[in-house]
Amino acid sequence: MNLTHFSRRDFLKAGGALVVSVMIPGTVHTTRAQMSGVSGGKPPLMPDELDSWIAVLPDGKVTAFFGKMDMGQGVDVAIGQIVADELDVRFDRVNVVMGDTAFTCNQGGASGSTGIQTGAPTLRYAAAEARRLLVERAAGKLGVPADKLTVKDGVVSVSGDSQRTTTYGELIGGQHFHHKLEWNKRYGNPLLAKGQATPKKPSEYKVVGQSIPQKIVGNKVFGTLQYVTDVRVDGMLHARVIRPPSAGCGPVAIDESSIAEIPGARVVREKDLVAVVAEHEWDAVRAARVLKVTWAPPCAPFPEMTGLYDHIRQAKVTGAQVPIKKGDVEEALKTASRVVEAEYEWPFQSHASMGPACAVADVRADRATLWTGTQKPHYARDGVAKLLGLPPASVHAVWTPGPGSYGRNDAGDAAHDAALLSKLTGKPVRVQYMRNDGTGWDPKGPAGVYRGRAGLDAQGNVVAYDFSAKGFTRQDVATNESDPKDTLAGQLTGVPPKPTIIFQVPAEAYEFANKRCGWECIPPLLDRGSPLRTGHLRDPLGPETHFASESFIDEIAHAAGVDPVAFRLKYVKDPRHVAVIKAAADKAGWSKRAYPNPRRGKGNVMVGRGFSYTERNGTIVAMVAEVEVNRLSGRVWARQFTVAHDCGLIINPKGLRLTIEGNIVQALSRTLFEEVQFDRDQVLSVDWTTYPILEMQDAPERIDIVLLNQPEIAATGAGEPSTRTVPAAIANAIFDATGVRIRRVPLTPERVKAALTAGGTNR
Amino acid sequence: MSERIRLVVDGKPAEINADPAMPLLYALRDDLGLANPKFGCGLAQCGACTVHVDGRPTRSCVTPMSAVQGKKITTIAGLGTPERPHPLQQAFVAEQVPQCGYCLSGWMMTAAALLRDKPKPNDRQIRDALVGLKCRCGTHMAILRAIKRAAAGTMA
Repeated sequence: MNLTHFSRRDFLKAGGALVVSVMIPGTVHTTRAQMSGVSGGKPPLMPDELDSWIAVLPDGKVTAFFGKMDMGQGVDVAIGQIVADELDVRFDRVNVVMGDTAFTCNQGGASGSTGIQTGAPTLRYAAAEARRLLVERAAGKLGVPADKLTVKDGVVSVSGDSQRTTTYGELIGGQHFHHKLEWNKRYGNPLLAKGQATPKKPSEYKVVGQSIPQKIVGNKVFGTLQYVTDVRVDGMLHARVIRPPSAGCGPVAIDESSIAEIPGARVVREKDLVAVVAEHEWDAVRAARVLKVTWAPPCAPFPEMTGLYDHIRQAKVTGAQVPIKKGDVEEALKTASRVVEAEYEWPFQSHASMGPACAVADVRADRATLWTGTQKPHYARDGVAKLLGLPPASVHAVWTPGPGSYGRNDAGDAAHDAALLSKLTGKPVRVQYMRNDGTGWDPKGPAGVYRGRAGLDAQGNVVAYDFSAKGFTRQDVATNESDPKDTLAGQLTGVPPKPTIIFQVPAEAYEFANKRCGWECIPPLLDRGSPLRTGHLRDPLGPETHFASESFIDEIAHAAGVDPVAFRLKYVKDPRHVAVIKAAADKAGWSKRAYPNPRRGKGNVMVGRGFSYTERNGTIVAMVAEVEVNRLSGRVWARQFTVAHDCGLIINPKGLRLTIEGNIVQALSRTLFEEVQFDRDQVLSVDWTTYPILEMQDAPERIDIVLLNQPEIAATGAGEPSTRTVPAAIANAIFDATGVRIRRVPLTPERVKAALTAGGTNR
Repeated sequence: MSERIRLVVDGKPAEINADPAMPLLYALRDDLGLANPKFGCGLAQCGACTVHVDGRPTRSCVTPMSAVQGKKITTIAGLGTPERPHPLQQAFVAEQVPQCGYCLSGWMMTAAALLRDKPKPNDRQIRDALVGLKCRCGTHMAILRAIKRAAAGTMA
């Protein structure tokens, strides 16, 4: 796929300014040039138009317009594979355009590992419909019925007469289809549009199932990919924001003379949003450092960090649900001969993206252009339009790769900041955050307390299972930035926030006769402009919840005296789930033995293994972690993971394996190291020293992955599911290695060492 | 107070009037338009800005212009090209290492110096050489495979 063969030669005139054309000039602009002015022009960009999804160029190349995003795992490659199969063209003849609101419909952006799960069906249907129309045209042209035609590599031929052929390029190249699809009238993840054509059967796939590499990797490796941080617009100002030193404090006075020495630097302020701008980036950086601001006195909105979990336990409940209720847990507990109980705690965590966010906005009186690395450019367009008081159609958002994205990170705030600052200055503005803005002020993964209770009868059977969570909602700010209320720019300029109360229960298939899983949410610590506001962080509440639930399953198994794998297989009946659990155990050579490990090692290093299994929106994962725990230092090394993964039909095995590896390593980092530090007034985790993450010494020795392909089952997500399985696998392995159960993340050397010193069961 | 500073960047001579206190990163990105070294932290804690200064992997985000007068700077774009790739670049493509890719300058420039000085490092030596570098997408396993692949190629 010809993604981003970009060089600085590629410029185009846009909006009267000379703009670096950052994304896929070889695709969007070639497509636009080659498709313009033919057959009455392009129909409006609506989901019920086939032309909104598929274009055939004069040379027969195909452009697919994808309304979701790839964040580096290669979803766009998978989409290209699917389109190539349905259209019967070679993969390298398909270009996938994504992330530009002028060319793609809103399919929800990158969201909940749905790139393939909900993003691909419409592309598949549209490509199938395009093929049907093209074959119909070919039938007319060649004078034979459509069922006598075959298609290979975009060449349509009469069966048994290889001389009589035509090509997609000849049939429609450069023209629009002007053909309607049946659209469910939804936008975002639920968007679905279909034609009359029946897509191919999985047995007919040729491109799907191949490990086609990502071409864009070359641009990254040779340093030629343009990121959102690299966008430059003529006349642009560089901006840096100034966040308050204490959460919830607004500026009282700003001494502009403090930056008078810096050429061109000036203050831009709207209510509590303070920024400096300058023509040169370094001048903006310097100005932000030396600007003297008097802030309102600290108001101590946060509890002492050591009291966080007690705060959660005692906080009033703003919303609660019990999504899983089966039998009568309380009655069953009364009959139990033994009750197992445990509580688990998970801290606030930061996206801490590789680079702090950046966005560029060029706001004019009647329109605006936005370059953003957000996962959801269509929603960013809507939010910025609302912020500026423009109709969404007058805002053009161009997604440009950002410095990493694992949910609603700081990119969503940067887009709004850039737009507001451009409006206030009347110039294009590039805002890039500094590290402390990125780590200190991104929306956080929520802290919570999780409680399990299980009743066992005299034979060790589970008669009751009760799991409850209490914590901060996962959406103080929404999953996307379609409304200024969900951004710092909005909240600091007076737009009242409106959190959504939503949490999570474990996703698994344990068939306990009496089972209850529920949650309670508590109020935010600070209602607006909070550096501890919560937002989606990769697999929102997945690692948190399943750290607790899968640790607890092991605790029940241990109490019942049953091998952890055997225990799971006793209560899981769904054959797909059973197959995944068995595949992980088999691959790891899991055999029943005493638990914790009676042969944990004699020296300072103790070894153990841990099992964990979870589900996420149809994707099933089981894994074995093998760890070494250093008795003296408390260091945990997750030496090996063995993973079994079933996400239905596999589109691209190598891409899938790399995605799973990334999930596991990132989740391992969150499990072992990550915790947002704060005091009564402010977040103290502001860089990589105060918010350490995993480094190479702590990467595993190996990760073995068993992929269970299910060609007849529609593909489900892979970008997150294996994340949630990791924390409990590690905690269970530490218990196996040491006999000590640790129920609070992160499992830092200090915490592990303290637990080992205390012995027995510890937090 | 700007000073005239002469450099050679990816083999090309360059001359910049710059605040001597300004980090090299801003000169590369803003004055020379060389975008591949990235701003990750500005604190030398992540490696995204790494370039070679006279062959030594250096965090350009904390290296003042006053320290690079007359120096030879190499970025990953100067390491090799698609036509004449560095073995590490070939290996990183073959292993499909990057996800977001924003961290790559740190890993590749550090590993390039390692393989130049120690062509056949073992796993421990590789991991030790990469201390202090960050990758938030968690591509560590692929990074290790790629460096080992490049080292094997160097041996061949």
